[in-house]
Formats: sequence, structure tokens, C-alpha cells
Amino acid sequence: MTQGHIERELSIDAPIDVVWATITEPEQINEWWTDTAQIDLHPGGDGRLGWVSRATNEPMTVPLRVERFEPPHHFSFRWCHPDAAAPTDANSLLVEFSLTSDGQGTRLRLVESGFDTREWTAAERDAELAKHEDGWTRHLATLRQHAASVAVGAEVR
Amino acid sequence: MSAEAADTEALWGAVADPSRRRVLDVILARGEATATEIAREVPFSRQAVMKHLAVLDRAGLVSAHRRGREVLYVASPERVGAAVKSLARVADLWDRRLSSIKRLAERAHREGRPGS
Repeated sequence: MTQGHIERELSIDAPIDVVWATITEPEQINEWWTDTAQIDLHPGGDGRLGWVSRATNEPMTVPLRVERFEPPHHFSFRWCHPDAAAPTDANSLLVEFSLTSDGQGTRLRLVESGFDTREWTAAERDAELAKHEDGWTRHLATLRQHAASVAVGAEVR
Repeated sequence: MSAEAADTEALWGAVADPSRRRVLDVILARGEATATEIAREVPFSRQAVMKHLAVLDRAGLVSAHRRGREVLYVASPERVGAAVKSLARVADLWDRRLSSIKRLAERAHREGRPGS
């Protein structure tokens, strides 16, 4: 009926090091997911992912712990575990990014797992977080306005 | 927690266990089944089947009705659909993030090229 995980693959017309930077650098993560991301980018590193509610202006953060950090191929982390607890496969979701070079471009694979081993609250929390995100349109508008994307292009090279 | 969130919680809890999903799958495949019939198709005991049925029933995913001396379980397509939709919604979130990752990386690559 339902699998306990989500799998996606896509091709990106950019070299693997550019895609690696996009998925691992906190300033980049803030462009496609969070409002505030802080991560110690090494195996076992801790971090916090943050969003500000559009409705109430209240910030909320969730903890994250890096599992694999192997540039430029494997980045994975656990999240959605209770704040006070260490993340395990019974109390957190595991997000795994795998990158492979594909000619001039990159093949990205994403797996989020743990929906069936973890208590449900992760999925509902994710949906809750989505309500705070209000606006891939907002992000797109910001990107268009800011020539910072040009600076980003220079930095990630 | 809102009533809707509590309801989603019950759904997720019910389908979280792979053995419980297996029980539900047997009922979906057969249309209706007794606990004994289900137990014949799964690698765990009838007692375990009964426990899973109780959780599925509480979540509204299955309901029991009597036919003579037998108790038959049927699935609720609406509730099953809601559980599947819930997971699909989470998948949608990742689709949107992945689209953004693609766009950002491709733009960074294009605009980093000399002379662009």
C-alpha cells in the first residue's frame, strides 16, 4: 500500500561540485528549504534548520545531525528527532543525497526514510513546516531580484 | 493539536508498522477477510493479526461486520486513500525542493561561466 520512504532522482545541468555546494551549504539550503540553517558540515556534526512563520512571525527550529559527508558524492542527515534525544533510526527521518557525475551534468538521488520506523509525528511536522514555508514563489521572486545569484555562481566555482 | 492533525496522527500510527500494512494489504486484495483467513497469508500469528486489526479499526482503516458466526473485516477506501495521500504530500514537498535545487545549481553554473 505505502512504502515507508520517498525516493526521487533527477538530472541537473551543472557539474557535481556546483550541485554539492547547493545541497550542503547553509546559505544555499536557505534558498531551497529553510529560512535559517546552521550545520557543522562533517560526519556527526549537529545543526538546526529554522523557519519563520509567515502568519505569526514566530521562528521555529528543528535539530539535525549529519551522518555522511563525503564530498562531492554523499550527504546524509537525520532530522525530526526530539530536541533532547540523540537521533536513531527509531526516532528520526534519514535524508540521503547521492550525487554522480553524468557527462557534463550531475545525477541526484534523494531518499527520505524512516516513516515506517519512526512515530508518525515526523510526517505531520513536515506538513506543518510546509505551511510556514509559504512561498516557493517568494523564493523565486527573491532570486530574480538578487544578482547575488551571480556572486553565488562565482563562489561555488 | 487540531482535530485534523490528531486524525492524521492516528492514520500514520496505524500504517507505520510494516506487518500492519501487510494485514491491510491482504484485506484490500481479498475485499473482505476473517482474521483466520488473514493469518494464513502472513508470516505471523492470528493473535498478532487480531492486534493489528484492532489498531486498524481504531484508525478507521478497516471495520468489522458479522456474517453468521464469522467476523469479516473490510477496508475503508476513503481512509486508506487519506493515508496514501498523506505520504504523497510529504513526497510533494521534496519534489518542490528538488526543483529548486536543480534551478539554483543550473543558474549558478550558467552565471559562473566567463562572459555570461
